[in-house]
Amino acid sequence: MRKSFPGRRIGAAATLLAAAGLTLAACSSPARSTAASTAATGIAPGSGEPSLAGMPGATGTGAAQPSAAPSSAGSMPSMTMSMPMSGAAQTRAGAPVATDSVAVKNFAFAPAAITVKAGSMVTWTNQDADAHTVTSQNGSGPLNSQPLNTGQSYSYTFTKPGTYSYLCTIHPFMTATVTVTP
Amino acid sequence: MTRRQLARHAGWFGSAVVLSVTGGEVVSRLADARDAASTAAASPTATGDSGTLRFVQISDSHIGFAGPANTDVTGSFARAIDQVNTLGFRPDFVMHTGDLTHLSTPAQFDQVKQMMSGLDTDRVFTVPGEHDSVDDHGRAYRQSFARGTEGDGWYSFDTHGVHFIALVNTLSLEKLGHLGADQIDFVRRDVAGLPADTPIVVFSHIPLFAMYPQWGWATDDSLQVLNLLKRFASVTALNGHVHQLFTRVEGNVTFHSATTTAYPLPKPGQAPAPTPQVLPARQLHTALGIRTVEYRRSTTPLAITDQELT
Repeated sequence: MRKSFPGRRIGAAATLLAAAGLTLAACSSPARSTAASTAATGIAPGSGEPSLAGMPGATGTGAAQPSAAPSSAGSMPSMTMSMPMSGAAQTRAGAPVATDSVAVKNFAFAPAAITVKAGSMVTWTNQDADAHTVTSQNGSGPLNSQPLNTGQSYSYTFTKPGTYSYLCTIHPFMTATVTVTP
Repeated sequence: MTRRQLARHAGWFGSAVVLSVTGGEVVSRLADARDAASTAAASPTATGDSGTLRFVQISDSHIGFAGPANTDVTGSFARAIDQVNTLGFRPDFVMHTGDLTHLSTPAQFDQVKQMMSGLDTDRVFTVPGEHDSVDDHGRAYRQSFARGTEGDGWYSFDTHGVHFIALVNTLSLEKLGHLGADQIDFVRRDVAGLPADTPIVVFSHIPLFAMYPQWGWATDDSLQVLNLLKRFASVTALNGHVHQLFTRVEGNVTFHSATTTAYPLPKPGQAPAPTPQVLPARQLHTALGIRTVEYRRSTTPLAITDQELT
C-alpha cells in the first residue's frame, strides 16, 4: 500500500503499474438543481447547443432531445492571462549554419538554424520513419509542405530577406529557423 | 473559489490518496474512506443502478502509424475496443480524446470511425488531436466527426447531472495547444447558467495544464477557460496527447492525462524529445490502456480507473 498526496505527481509513478486507479470523492451535496440533472440518464446537448455531437455507438439509441433549459446570462468577466512559458524554447547551440540542405531526422530539423542568401532554394529531406511537415509558424508564412514520408523532400526558394520560423505540425515540438540575408 | 467551496473541495481532495494493489490492479481511494463504496466503485464489474454514470476514455489510437514502437496499432486499438466491450457493463458513452489517426488521411479516418462504430455503448464522442489536423486545419476530421458541434468542432453535453465540455486545442497550435477567443467565448456562454455545484468534466487532446511546456504539453490560453470554471466546486479535466498516465490537482481542478492504445512516449524530460519509445517485446501492452470513469449521485464517488490492455 502506498500513500500519496494531492498536488503531487502520483500519476507518473503509476505509469508502468499494471493498472492505476484514482478514486475521487465528488460532490457531497445531495440536492443539485441543474437543468441537466433533471435530464436523468439520457445524453443531452448542452444548453444552447442545437444538437448532440458524436455518433451512435454499436448499441446506441440515438440522440436525446435537446435540453430546453435557458442559459441565463451573468457572463463572467473577460480574463486575459497568459501562461508563463519561460524555457519553452528549445535550446540550440551554435550560430546559424550556412547551408541550403536540412535533414529531418530523430524528430528534429538539422541544422535547426540555417542562413541562406535571398534567391536560394532550401531543401528538407525526411530521414525518419515517421512523417513530418515543414510549416511556417504563426499561421502565416511561405512554408507549407505536405506530410513528408521517409525519403521525401520539400523545397522552397526564399526571395525576401528575413527570419522564417517553422515547425512540424505533426510534432510541433520540432521547431527551427531559416535566416535569409540580402 | 469561495471559502465554502474550498472547504468542500478540501473535503474531497484534502485527504491522502491511498493506492492499494489487489490482484494486479491498482485501486485508490481517499484515506478517510468515507464509505466502502469507493473501492467498489473502482471495480469494473460493479453493477450500479440506472442513476450511475459510467463512461470510457480511450485516446491516441494513431491509426496509420507504422514504426518499431508498435507495428500493429490497428490490432492494439481493436483489442482496446474488445476490452471496452467486455468490461462487464455497458458504458454510457465512450470518449476518444484525439489522435484518432496518425496522418489525417481519409482512409485513416474511415478506418477509425468504422472501428469505433463497434463500441458497445450509447454514443461515441471525439475531440481532435494534432495528428487529426495535419495540413488541413481539421477539415477532414470535421467531415467525419463534427456533426452536432460548434466552431471548429467543440461542444458540450449533459448526462446524469454532470456537464461535459469537449474542447479543440490542436488547430492553431504553435509549440503549445491553443483554444482561441471564439472557443473561450463558447465556454463562457456554455457554463453561464450552470449552478456552481454542477460537476464539470472537460475533455481536450493536449493537456490544459502545464505538464511539460518544453515538449508542447500545455495549452497557452487554457487559464482563461480554467478561470471560467473557478466557481465550480468539482472540475475534472481529461486529456490525451502525452501517451502516459499523469495526475495533477491545481485548485478546484483535477487533471488526468490518459495513456494511449498505440505506443508510449517518454516521461517529461527523460529523453531528448517526445518520440515513440520502443519497449522490450511483450511489454508494450503494459504501457497501453483504457480508462473508465464512474460517477454515482447518491454515494458520490467519481472514480477514475486506468487499466492496461490485456
